[in-house]
Order: sequence, then structure tokens, then C-alpha cells
Amino acid sequence: MKSSPPHKIQETLADPKLQRAIYSATGRLAENRRKTVLPEVLPDFQDLREHAHNIKKHTLDHLDVYVDEFERNVLARGGIVIWANTAAEACAFIGNLCRERGVKLVVKSKSMTSEEIHLNKYLEKDGIEAVETDLGEYIIQLTGETPYHIVAPALHKTLEQVADVLHAPPGATAESLTAMARATLREKFLAAGVGITGANFLVADSGAVVLVENEGNARLSSSAPRIHIALAGIEKLIPRAQDLAVFLKLLGRSGTGQPLTVYTSYLAGTRKPGEPDGPDEFYVVLLDNGRTKILADAKKRQSLFCIRCGACLNHCPVYRKIGGYSYPWVYSGPIGKILTPQFMGREHDPWLPFASSLCGACGEVCPVKIEIPKILLELRQEIAEKEGDRAEHLAFRMFSWVMRHPHVYEQFRWVRKMGKMPAAGPLKAWLSQRDLPNLPQKSFRELWRERGRS
Amino acid sequence: MFSSIRQALGRSAAAPAPNPPAARLINTFSGDPVAKFSEAFTALNGKLVLAADPAEARSKLETMLAGKRVVASRAPILGGLGEEYSREACAAADIGLTSADFALADTGTLVFLSESKESRLISLLPPCHIAVIQRQRILTGLDELLSRIPNPSVQSSAMVLVTGPSRTADIEMRLVRGVHGPGEIVVMVVGM
Repeated sequence: MKSSPPHKIQETLADPKLQRAIYSATGRLAENRRKTVLPEVLPDFQDLREHAHNIKKHTLDHLDVYVDEFERNVLARGGIVIWANTAAEACAFIGNLCRERGVKLVVKSKSMTSEEIHLNKYLEKDGIEAVETDLGEYIIQLTGETPYHIVAPALHKTLEQVADVLHAPPGATAESLTAMARATLREKFLAAGVGITGANFLVADSGAVVLVENEGNARLSSSAPRIHIALAGIEKLIPRAQDLAVFLKLLGRSGTGQPLTVYTSYLAGTRKPGEPDGPDEFYVVLLDNGRTKILADAKKRQSLFCIRCGACLNHCPVYRKIGGYSYPWVYSGPIGKILTPQFMGREHDPWLPFASSLCGACGEVCPVKIEIPKILLELRQEIAEKEGDRAEHLAFRMFSWVMRHPHVYEQFRWVRKMGKMPAAGPLKAWLSQRDLPNLPQKSFRELWRERGRS
Repeated sequence: MFSSIRQALGRSAAAPAPNPPAARLINTFSGDPVAKFSEAFTALNGKLVLAADPAEARSKLETMLAGKRVVASRAPILGGLGEEYSREACAAADIGLTSADFALADTGTLVFLSESKESRLISLLPPCHIAVIQRQRILTGLDELLSRIPNPSVQSSAMVLVTGPSRTADIEMRLVRGVHGPGEIVVMVVGM
């Protein structure tokens, strides 16, 4: 292995306040979820998961058909689809549009995809102010940080820290801080020329972008400014508006334990004639940025089914200890462990798929049934084959050969006689964290012979 | 990019468009939708008011709106109850008054389809939103809504589902209402 886990892990483990914050927030989200998916509350939960998995599988297996249908429907409703192969192309389109329209202020609602392409930095360099409007995102934008968690970006911040960042007078409460942010951001919403959102779903039969949120900032970003730009990965497509009946039920419950989030906006094109408000210009930037590479891998294509609910983070014993900043890319937790190597290349952080206990919790809670543990194993295998230690390879090849040749195996009687594997040499480090069962005194063949059955 | 998607999937231009898995719309809820809506909506901290007919609705609304700055949509039932739509009015008003197209009983959700008589910002900018809905427009849930309107984009540029007041839990997981949208939401159900 070339690189090793970042020092952030040690820092996080050594910070008792942060440990408490991560543990209680993820625990609460997990508990809220559990209450809304109980069999007596939602008897068809498993059936919904199965169905969601099948729809995503079908859509991605025939994605060419659905992106085409989506584009035709966006055009028919007065919108425009931009195909961005790379992060740079997506940023350049958005920057150019702002320049052409003379827009100096952009409001943004939370979008992991925009984090992925570092859109804010790009716009800033162009002299365009891009303001994050989700409360958590607003806080971490002010501190210059990145999201700590897919659905709770400022999970690691205490109330005192937030009060500090907002320059609040003493005695601040969550209510007073929220009111301060509301007042500041309200001005921005009304003054901004462009609103940028992500998309939770892209609906092919409608040419619609679907946004799921609780605060109202995605609604404001998409309806107050004259121009709405939605930025989304190509994997966000679903075939029909009717499929939302499956996905919306799963997303709110899995993310925060809400049967439906406060606001679900289904946005199709520009405002129609006579409508008093809504955007005059509507753009959907469809981003590849490595997604077609994953699409080409039929086995791991399911990594793209993710609807970004964050449930796998909340249930992961590793995430709950090491937190969101110990992962090398914007996507953290179990889903980050399988997405990062596939987007950035296996060599980027080869330790990542190994930093898992393979307990399987992520796969069990995933609302679209992505087999995360299985994909972790496949990535481990690929990394081991490419980067593994030569001596280790040789050792395993020999082991495999010995095990397949019973008469040779018999010659290793002396190893069994030791009773326990010696914790020395290359085995020392490995055994420092693991217990091996005691070696049997006699092999099966020896026992067979002794009983006179040969 | 289109060709790289095709290439990644190993599909050719001639490959036919397949049928997706059948849509899954199942009504799991039975019982009185109005009672269920009332229960779910109240649990979300929404306030529910009943009116037997439009006349009673108007007189109740007039009492509720007295002394407040109100911006109202052009829905016929709301005529004369508030200022007409403008961005400035929405930003300054205490109360935004609209009609709702549907409600979903099992989740306590209100459904708004954009149209010429309604505006997106009236229900969003003021700190309090009052929505008026006909009793028979309360559906069982999302599944019934999407069976009735299989493709909302045909009639509207936007459909918004509202399930309770605007809220956040971004500061230490503490629930705060009214972060960007209205912190207070009232539904008036009209009809017997």
C-alpha cells in the first residue's frame, strides 16, 4: 500500500467532544429511520427497496434511452440540457452563463455534486459570489470547510462554534442563530440572478428535476432568481414521475426518518405563460465526471444507484468513530469507500476499501440495496492484484498449491505439531489484531487412517 | 457523452427502448382521509381549521387575517382577502394566502401545482402560510396523487409537496422551525 489513512483519524479519535457529536447525531438519525421503517409502520418496506433497486438497475442498464428521453422533455418545456463530460466543463458552462447574463451573485442549495466539482471555488475566482443557503452548508462555507456528512453537513459543529462564526451576541440559541442566518440569506435570495441546485432525481418522462429538502432553500433557489441551473450526475435518472411513489418514501425515511421531507419540488422547465413567478431560464447540467467509467463495469455499476440518503454513514461503525473528514474525498462513509476508488482510481487511496469491518450494516440499510460489502471485497481484490506485496502474493500462491496437493500437505505435519501459529516474522503484525483458532493435532487423513478406513 | 454512455453499456443505436418495471402504486391506507390528514398534519405542528362552506371559510379567514399584512393568490375563493402578488408584497407580508390543489392524508402533505392563479413565492416568503382546500381534494396519499396525475409536467411547470412547516436540525440536531420557508402553516378545509 502506497498511502496510509490520514492523520485526521487519530485527531478525531482523540477528541472526546467530536466523538460524542458524531455518535449522538448519527445515532439519532439511525433511530429516527428505524421508527419509520418498522414492519407495523411500513409493512411493504422490503418490497419498496426491492422495487427501487430494480428501477435503478433498469434505468442504468438502459441509460442511453433515458437521458435521451429526459433531454427531449426538458427541451419541450423550455429548458436546456448541457452535457458536461468533466468537472471543468460543468464549471465553465455555469461561469460563462453568469458572465453573459451579468450575474454577480448566485444562491446555491446543498448539492454534493457541486462539492465534487469545486464549483464555489471556480465561481469565486471569476468574481462571482456563490452563497450556500442550506443552514449547515452556510455555516461550513463561512468556516471554509467541506460537508461532514451527506445530509448533515455541519454535524461536527457545536452551538458555541456556530455562534462564533455568525458573530452572534452572547446567549445565542439554535433559534436565534437560525433567525440570523434566515435574515442574511433572505436578502441574498431576493438579489441573486442565478439559483443553483442539485437534483435528487431526474424524471425522464417529465423532463423534471426533483429536489428534496426541509428548510425551503431549494424552493427559494429554484424560484426566486430569474435563472435556475440544476447540476446532476447522469445516474440520477428515473423513468417516470410515478416512480417517485417508491423513491420519495424511501429517501425521507432512510435519511432523517421522515415519511416525506418538508418540501419536495418537482420542477419541469421555465414558468408557463401567465404564471406570476418561476424561472425564465432553466438549465440542467448533466455531469459525467467518471460516471460512464463505472457504468462500463457491469458488476459494480450498482454503485451508481445511490440516492444519497446517508443511512450507510449513520450505521457504519467505522464512520461513527472516524467521522467525515477522515475520508479522502467528498463522499464519506461506506458509499464513499466504494465511490472514491472508482472515481479517482484504485491507486488514489488504496487503503480505503480495507478500512471496513465488513459487518454488512451498510448493505442492510441501503434503501436501493447496493451490495456495498460485496463491492468492497471486489475492490480489495483488484487492489491486491495490482498493488499487493510480492512476498504476500507468493506466499498465498504457495499456500494454495499446498492445499490442493494432499500428499504435500501431509509433509507439513510439523507445523500442526506447534499447536499455535508463531507470531513472528511477517505474521507478527497480522496476528497483533487477530486471533487464530488452535491448529488441530491431526489431519483428516491421519484420523481416517487411524480408524482403519483407508 | 451520449456515445460514451452507449459504449459503456455496450448498447447499439438500434437497441429498442425496453419497458421499465411496472409502476408501483398501491394504496395501503384505508379509512377516513380527512381524519387521518388532520392527525398527521397536526402532528407536524400544522394548524387545521374546518369550514362548512365557502362563506364560513371567508368569515373565518377575515377574523384570522385581521390586522395582518396579507398577500393572496388569485384563487376565486380568496378574492379581496389580501394584496395581489408581487415579490415585494411576498417579502413584506405577515401571511401568505393560497389555495391547495390536493392534500395527502397519510403524511399530512399539501400539494401545490403551479398555474396562472397561484404563485410559488406566496406560500414561501411570508412567515405564515394559510392554504385553503376543498374537503374532497384530500387524497389517501402519494400513490393516489400519482395515479390521478401520472405526469404533472403536462399541466404545470412545478409541483411542490409541503409536509409541515420549514425546519432544520443543522445546529446540534436541535429542531428549529421556520428557517427559510414559513414556520407556521395553517390549513382550512372547506366542505362537509
